[in-house]
Formats: sequence, structure tokens, C-alpha cells
Amino acid sequence: MKRGFSILAVVTALLLSFALYEALIGAPTERTMGDVQRIFYYHVPSAWTAFLLFLINFVASVVYLVRRSAEADIVALVSAEVGVVFCTVVLITGPIWARPVWGIWWTWDIRLTLTLVLWLIYVSYLVLRRFSTSSQTSLLAAVLAVFGALDVPLVYFSIWFFRTQHPSPVMGDGGSLDPRMLHVLLINWAAFLCLAWLVCWTRYRLEVLKREVEEAQAMESLLEPTR
Amino acid sequence: MNPVHYLYAAYVATWPIHGAYLTILWRKYSRIRREMAKLKRS
Repeated sequence: MKRGFSILAVVTALLLSFALYEALIGAPTERTMGDVQRIFYYHVPSAWTAFLLFLINFVASVVYLVRRSAEADIVALVSAEVGVVFCTVVLITGPIWARPVWGIWWTWDIRLTLTLVLWLIYVSYLVLRRFSTSSQTSLLAAVLAVFGALDVPLVYFSIWFFRTQHPSPVMGDGGSLDPRMLHVLLINWAAFLCLAWLVCWTRYRLEVLKREVEEAQAMESLLEPTR
Repeated sequence: MNPVHYLYAAYVATWPIHGAYLTILWRKYSRIRREMAKLKRS
């Protein structure tokens, strides 16, 4: 287990370094936006990683609602937490790109607004889990996660369904991304996925340890009066 | 401001966010280890 973690950590570090080099130097310069377009190689993979983590949170929450499995509950918590971190990166890098390209930091465009709502939903999910003292916290959080996940496809498909200021899809139908740019984009996504996996792994182990300690403390407090 | 500065700002802004989260995890781990040590002593 420890060896697997070390291997993943090394692979992640190497991949992140290579992806950074490719994004800043290897990828061709975009004709109209120039170098500022390179923000795309951090912004888009962070968004895809956040969406994937929120999807995992949704599946784990459904599993928890059906089976009341502690493992599913931990997976839901971990994926939401790491997903919020990646979504924060999206919300920070987006306006930094928008300022030189659009001339404004932020606009209440449908995709931007829905992404902010998505972030707020998962932040409230984490706040609920952190501060609720109810024995039903995991259940309430799972229900909130199931409803919150509805926003993920809305964010993703909003640029297909609505006229927005946000750039059109660069892949799939109507996408016209240069193959070299696509290559760099996918390398960066692979690097961010490795990072997300590494952080989720660490967080999962930490949560298991925390619950074991809490259980031991509860046992100790039960035994205390008899001493 | 030169557009390249925005590029650097975006790349530089990303890592403190991940770094801050990893710091939170590290502090959580240290607290759990302290509690484990306390449990072992008692």
C-alpha cells in the first residue's frame, strides 16, 4: 500500500512537471488570444476533474442511501472535498483569463453562474458535514449531494443549450481544437487526475484513521466510570 | 498589464489553493496522531 502510494506520488510529480512544460512551452500559441490562452491547460482539466469528483460523490451518496455503507460515506466526503478544491481553481483561473480577453473579471453568464452555484452547493455540503451534530448528518449530506449533482450536467451542457459568453466547446461536435493543443490538454488532465487520486487516497486514509480514533475515544469514555 | 502576467498569475494562483488544502490535511493528520498518542497513554 505504502509502495503504491510512493509510486503514484513520483508519477504525479513527474507528470505535473511535464504537463507544466508542455502547457507553457510545448503547446502552440493561439492566434487571437496569444499566450494568455495557455491558462486553458489548467482551467479546463481542473473543471473536468471537479466534475468527475462530484460524479463520484453522487454515486457514493446513492450507494450510502441504499446500503448505509461507511466506506461509501467516506468516499462521498473525500470526493466532495477534493472536488471543491479543483472547482476553486476553476473559479480563480477563469476570471484571470477573462480579464485580458473579455475586458472584465466576471459576468453573470449562465455557465459562470452555474459553476459558482455548483461550488456553493458543495461548500454547503462540506459545512453541513463539518458542523452538524445530528446522528443523521451522513444521510442529510447524501440527500443534498444527490440534488447538488443535478447542477453538474447543467454546467457541462450549458454552453450547448444556451447562448453564452463562455467559449464554445473545443472538443466533440463543433470543436476545432488543434491536435497539438488537445494533446497538451489531455496530458494536463492526466496529471490533475493523478494529483486528485493521490489527494483522495490520503484524505480517505485520514478519515478512516479519524473515525477509528473517535470510536476508541467513545469506548474509553464508556469504560471510564467503571474504573 | 501585459497579458503574459495574467498567464503567470493563473498558474501561480493554482498551487497555493492545492497547497492550502494539503496543509489542512497535514494539520488534521498531526491532530489525529496526537489523539492516538493520548489514547495509547491512557
